[in-house]
Amino acid sequence: MNVVTPFEGIGASVRRKEDLRFLSGRGQYTDDLNRQGQTWAHILRSPHPHARIRGIDTRAASAMPGVLAVFTGKDMAEAGVGGLPCGWLIHNKDGSPMAEPPHPVLAVDKVRHVGDPVAVVVAETRAQARDAAEAIAVDYEVLPAAATMAQALAPGAPQLHEGAPGNLCYDWHIGDKAVVDAAFARAHKVATLELVNNRLVPNAMEPRAAIGEYDRGTGDYTLWTTSQNPHVIRLLMGANVLHIPESRLRVIAPDVGGGFGSKIYHYAEEAIVTWASGRVERPVKWTADRVESFMSDAHGRDHVTKAELALDQDGKILALRVSTLANMGAYLSTFAPCIPTYLYATLLAGVYTTPAIYCEVKAVFTNTVPVDAYRGAGRPEATYLLERLMDVAAAETGIDRIELRRRNFIRPDQFPYQTPVALQYDSGNYHATLDQALQAADWAGFEARRAEAKRRGRLRGIGVSTYIEACGIAPSAVVGSLGARAGLYEVGTIRVHPTGSVTVLTGAHSHGQGHETTFAQLVADKLGVPVAQVEVVHGDTGKVPFGMGTYGSRSLAVGGSAMMKAMDKIIAKGKRIAAHLMEASVEDIEFERGEFRVAGTDKKKTLTEISVAAYVPHNYPIEELEPGLEETAFYDPKNFTFPAGCHVAEVEIDPETGRTQVVNFTAVDDVGRVINPMIVEGQVQGGVAQGIGQALLERCVYDENGQLLSGSMMDYTMPRADDLPPVGVATHTTLCTHNPLGVKGCGEVGAIGSPPAVINAVVDALKEYGVRHVEMPATPERIWQIINANRPRMAAE
Amino acid sequence: MYEFAYHKPSSVADAVKLLSADPEARPVAGGHTLLPALKHRLARPTALVDLSGIAELRGIRREGDKVVVGALARHAEVASSDVVKGAIPALARLAGTIGDVQVRNRGTIGGSVANNDPAADYPAAVLGLGATVVTDRRRIAADDFFTGMFTTALEPGEILVAIEFPVPEKAGYAKMKNPASRYVMTGAFVSRGPQGVRVAINGAGPCVFRQAEMEKALAANWSPDAVANIRQSPDGLNSDIHGSAEYRAHLVTVMAKRAVADAG
Ligand SMILES: Cc1cc2nc3c(=O)[nH]c(=O)nc-3n(C[C@H](O)[C@H](O)[C@H](O)COP(=O)(O)OP(=O)(O)OC[C@H]3O[C@@H](n4cnc5c(N)ncnc54)[C@H](O)[C@@H]3O)c2cc1C
Repeated sequence: MNVVTPFEGIGASVRRKEDLRFLSGRGQYTDDLNRQGQTWAHILRSPHPHARIRGIDTRAASAMPGVLAVFTGKDMAEAGVGGLPCGWLIHNKDGSPMAEPPHPVLAVDKVRHVGDPVAVVVAETRAQARDAAEAIAVDYEVLPAAATMAQALAPGAPQLHEGAPGNLCYDWHIGDKAVVDAAFARAHKVATLELVNNRLVPNAMEPRAAIGEYDRGTGDYTLWTTSQNPHVIRLLMGANVLHIPESRLRVIAPDVGGGFGSKIYHYAEEAIVTWASGRVERPVKWTADRVESFMSDAHGRDHVTKAELALDQDGKILALRVSTLANMGAYLSTFAPCIPTYLYATLLAGVYTTPAIYCEVKAVFTNTVPVDAYRGAGRPEATYLLERLMDVAAAETGIDRIELRRRNFIRPDQFPYQTPVALQYDSGNYHATLDQALQAADWAGFEARRAEAKRRGRLRGIGVSTYIEACGIAPSAVVGSLGARAGLYEVGTIRVHPTGSVTVLTGAHSHGQGHETTFAQLVADKLGVPVAQVEVVHGDTGKVPFGMGTYGSRSLAVGGSAMMKAMDKIIAKGKRIAAHLMEASVEDIEFERGEFRVAGTDKKKTLTEISVAAYVPHNYPIEELEPGLEETAFYDPKNFTFPAGCHVAEVEIDPETGRTQVVNFTAVDDVGRVINPMIVEGQVQGGVAQGIGQALLERCVYDENGQLLSGSMMDYTMPRADDLPPVGVATHTTLCTHNPLGVKGCGEVGAIGSPPAVINAVVDALKEYGVRHVEMPATPERIWQIINANRPRMAAE
Repeated sequence: MYEFAYHKPSSVADAVKLLSADPEARPVAGGHTLLPALKHRLARPTALVDLSGIAELRGIRREGDKVVVGALARHAEVASSDVVKGAIPALARLAGTIGDVQVRNRGTIGGSVANNDPAADYPAAVLGLGATVVTDRRRIAADDFFTGMFTTALEPGEILVAIEFPVPEKAGYAKMKNPASRYVMTGAFVSRGPQGVRVAINGAGPCVFRQAEMEKALAANWSPDAVANIRQSPDGLNSDIHGSAEYRAHLVTVMAKRAVADAG
């Protein structure tokens, strides 16, 4: 009988294996887990943006029903608990290291933002813990706060940290300023733009949660946590904060409901529940409520930038000069310093042949929640700036915005292409993605749609963005030289079981991305094992050898590559076993999709026959080969990967209310080889949703005193289904040249390419009002203010 | 949430008795405003008196030239009621745009009107139609009912039993939603009928209010154009991160115009 199995390998839209459990409510998220004898922690947080703690009286709280313990920052410091570490060191222009002030797990003598943890109550129930926390009396001396970067940098500003004079974390730069200044001096035209990249609150669907468990019998600790990278948490928390050796600390990140970067970092609550479980000798659980998430999850973006573009008379870019203020918030979150530097300024060449670039970045402490990577991290900020600036330059030079981009694109024959800001792009075809997107979006037919909308009283606009990003992070030696305090390789283990099914252990972590499917497809493609027989294990330091986790669209490019290397080792060993069994020489054994053949004969052995032989080594080359069929590989990438593409947005504005609707969105992305087109489509759509959110809706607002105004869903505008247009997703592939799969990554492209496309469309829609820039988010009121302010001018004309 | 006692009376009289015996007790209907407040520990009642078991508070019926809506009528019931759709289609449409499906299946008209959130929908219809609020002890005209932000003429322990809407000749509603909460940023309910011409503005100010100038203009000429050039003063209007008082004042005109168009 000939059984036709559907193709499940690379390129197949295999349905996501994990969705059955997610959609049927059978996922096991941290908050779903409850441990024997479990207690609850409630964290008392600062209501003040900036205050000195004169004293904390915990007596009443300690006497409340059900309370097991109350701990303050002083208690933890006295017990030798360290501060939260920062994983990246940036150097100032003068070569000195950045200011790296201490970040205590619980505030010790000062609080520095609303939500800063001050004390923890451990009680029998969650409600008891919360009741008792209300009975803690903290004697605050309220200090003036620096809520914005402008306030923090002003003379005489309130100082957040002793070790950071002027609230400056670092003053960094990249590029040759003299060369850039000289290019500006001979420019034909200079386009200038000042803009704000709005602060965002990531808002993963699952709030953060953690359970710490101390085993009295062994002295070992286990932490369940909502993390994107459990091994990194084990390393940082074990080595820097709690001083627990890896061998006695297990970190498990079970099902995690979205991260977008906000669950990369080592957070105070993880250390608190782990340490407290040792003190009360019972498991301690904490789950954030949404309001807590708003004031304790790391925020994203928050730049204020001035950018200038120098062009010659043909519209060729001569140079780019950028000056950015980047908000760090009150403390340095794990990767905060590298976001506005090496993940931002290095992307300022974009897809263009700009020969000279200079960028300086001042990172500033303010009395706000720490800021760190959020979907795209640094690259959306660079892309937004560049793609807005290209439109401004087009308006200033009178050259069509598409033509201006084309004139400056790096051509397909110029790869590998070295930019003036450190990166070397390996492959791409920006003309092709642009052409394909313009075609799909019917750019040519737009004016008719604009005219039709006008008859309905709507202002319609179209915008384009041609972006690039660097992901697949990252070559360890390169990032090490730039200040990273970790390597950024990945680890994969392939365990072929005796009967031929496979378990994959990966150091990447899936929190919505569909790794259990995509990674199984790699095994199906390479080893010929059906997807249903491949188990993907991730998120547990007790099971997976090591790993750096998932962020920066690195899982497939780096983690998948490690798996491919491990599978190469499996095949190499399998060939030796096959050679033995079929009495052939190893050189004559060929392997394809699950079968080892002796070249030129019809002799063959299946992978299952080989795995049986490996685990039941009765007839086996036992002298020269170990039994078993399991291999591990560490893969350190040779370069970043460079997804790129073109996004086109079409918007309609109601001029009476200022409300903007995105009515059409087209994304054509080059993400390298596509393993599962359906998953790529979903990733791009999700990213675009967040990009539209940033462009039109989302805005984290502090008042001038440092109180968080957008502290819940009542005031923070998350995009909803009816805010979003149909998003057309297509790919145009050029392969990554330096990883075994040719993949580039698709997790962030949507959020990177889309915001400038949307704002360019908004500006285009408002063309008749003489508008050259609109800040994000383009809220109804903001648009109405612009229309209202420019109406008299129109009437006068 | 703090601890509280829970009562479920089956008559208005029993509910009133429970409430008057304990000034810190609060009635609860759909719970979609009160429960979030309890969860956030913003309210601390000693007891909740659950009204959901009281049959007298249910039902939607036509009584002559009035539509009587029981306090416990859920938004979804009002939206789909043939009586309402036939007599005051704008009211049914309004109910169908409150919150989301879950909210509409729990929230009640009585809870919404008693709560008088400046950003709520129903107060605009009650004032804009010149309805009468019926309680366990009296009848209150809409013009006397909404007294300020989150405050009404209801006395402590007084229960809203039903709302009587006079059937208008024409009525229409339009609103601009707050982009985050989707409550009303500025809305206008307009009607012409036994109560004359009425224009009620919600969302814009601390409490729903009537726009006299627009009423006058519409009485003379019932058309969107009649209100298109009437400017609302921003003085005293709400201002927040989503909309300044100036923007809301502008929206009053836009929404009034659209409400008249909606009324036809
Ligand atoms: C996510 C969400 C979105 C929402 N969006 C909107 C929106 O867009 N527009 C809008 O208008 N509303 C909105 N609401 C509010 C919703 O309509 C509420 O349900 C309504 O305002 C209150 O009705 P309730 O029956 O839930 O009242 P409850 O929460 O039960 O009570 C509210 C208050 O009224 C009192 N009360 C209740 N019934 C009576 C009575 N019969 N007599 C006297 N006092 C009484 C209670 O004691 C309490 O003080 C939203 C709510 C949520 C949760």
